[in-house]
Amino acid sequence: MDAANVILVLVIGTALAFDFTNGFHDTANAMAASISTGALKPKAAVALSAILNLVGAFLSVEVALTVSNAVVKIQDKSGKPLPAILGADNGDKLLLVVLCGLIGGIIWNLFTWLLGLPSSSSHALLGGLTGAAAAGFGLSGVKWTGDGTKLDGVVGKVLIPSFISPIIAMIIAFTGCWLVHKLTNGIMTKLSERYFRWGQIGSASLVSLAHGTNDAQKTMGVMTLALIAAGHWDATSGSVPVWVKVTAASAIALGTYLGGWRIIRTLGRGLVDITPRQGMASDGSSAAVILAASHLGFALSTTHVATGSVLGGGLGRGTHVRWNTAGRMVIAWATTFPLAALVAAGMYYLGHALGYTAGPIVVFALLCAVAGYIFMRSRNQPVGAHNVNEEWDRPQDVLDQHAPAETATRGH
Amino acid sequence: MRSLELAFQGGSKVLMAGLAFGAGLPVIYALAMRLLTLGATQAVDTDGRTHTTYTPMGKALAAVLMLIIAGAIALGITMIAASGMGKAVSFDHIIPTIVEKKK
Repeated sequence: MDAANVILVLVIGTALAFDFTNGFHDTANAMAASISTGALKPKAAVALSAILNLVGAFLSVEVALTVSNAVVKIQDKSGKPLPAILGADNGDKLLLVVLCGLIGGIIWNLFTWLLGLPSSSSHALLGGLTGAAAAGFGLSGVKWTGDGTKLDGVVGKVLIPSFISPIIAMIIAFTGCWLVHKLTNGIMTKLSERYFRWGQIGSASLVSLAHGTNDAQKTMGVMTLALIAAGHWDATSGSVPVWVKVTAASAIALGTYLGGWRIIRTLGRGLVDITPRQGMASDGSSAAVILAASHLGFALSTTHVATGSVLGGGLGRGTHVRWNTAGRMVIAWATTFPLAALVAAGMYYLGHALGYTAGPIVVFALLCAVAGYIFMRSRNQPVGAHNVNEEWDRPQDVLDQHAPAETATRGH
Repeated sequence: MRSLELAFQGGSKVLMAGLAFGAGLPVIYALAMRLLTLGATQAVDTDGRTHTTYTPMGKALAAVLMLIIAGAIALGITMIAASGMGKAVSFDHIIPTIVEKKK
């Protein structure tokens, strides 16, 4: 296997790994509220979400090959790398850029997962690609704004939507939740709660399906870009190879099924307490905003919408909001794009310095080491289906399995 | 500045559509629940289980509203499927139709 093939295999593997983290990072967006209200048992919720993500991914018959065009100038409109980008390196440089971009996205996804923070997977991916492309092709390769005809670039597709979309979702969920409570106050509580859970499951399912269609497609696009850069495929050879679709769809579904329990817990328990009526209003808002935005061509992150909806629903019911948790999330949102970009840029400089043979192998090994370390750290305080719904306010006592024994020996 | 202007236009469209569907449908659902329980009676049997009896009128009204919800869900699934196939759902002629996506 020559250098070009080694790096291609690494890029494909890393793209699938990113897709996998994208799956478990975003399970919470669709299912946190349903798990929190008990509309679905934790395991059933992630299984349902995984199946719908898989179905959604296979609905991506027409894969957009131009994912990176939102933020960097490396592909033309058909998805082909620009001639200047392919340059004299026969695409090796582009492959290294894509590899490091994916690594930046994965590391940021894993880090925020460890902290249990719902940050945007798509912003992590776009941030990583932007950082690596800026490092490889210079800052002039970054598309900051569009040409004035539509929202585009880092400002139009990342920065502005991350301010606007949570607020839109909050207003809608607030309105929905407030009205639903006005309308149903006083009717048989037990009964209405059972029915509202069905409403919740329905809207959560739509979010999962839309997620599969949108997000799996991003990985398919990146994998195809790598295949083009390596000269194994070109945009004229028809639709994206079947194996690309099958592996990307499976990776996102597997990730979803694994369940990002730490994030589900934060979103379902840490922000506000969720009742079935409120949960239906929140999930309804998420589903509507995601579909409306995708229909109107307004780029937004599912994570920001889901979080805004949960918060808005809580405010609409007039329940206590843990602003502390909300503040941590906002910090994670604000830092996702720049920090994923920085990590990716650093990886690129390292990889490039080592050359196109050793470089990719070393940065990939670094990714494995960081991922392993984060996984080990996560075992100190595991969160899973068994404790995802425990009370939020005493997390130390509840989450630390050894707490009772320690308390006993500490007794005076 | 141009970006902010476009963002405001896009954002307000998303907000309007979102309010109509995202707040409107949960409200219709809540209304269905309200109508369903109108005049309904609950009885507890000897085993302690609660049995609810609905009026035919309540059931019929709730069913009509549920049809609207079902229609909206079908529309949602159609929109997702259409976007996966590189198409879009057009509302230009009131009745939603699947069309080629605008480039």
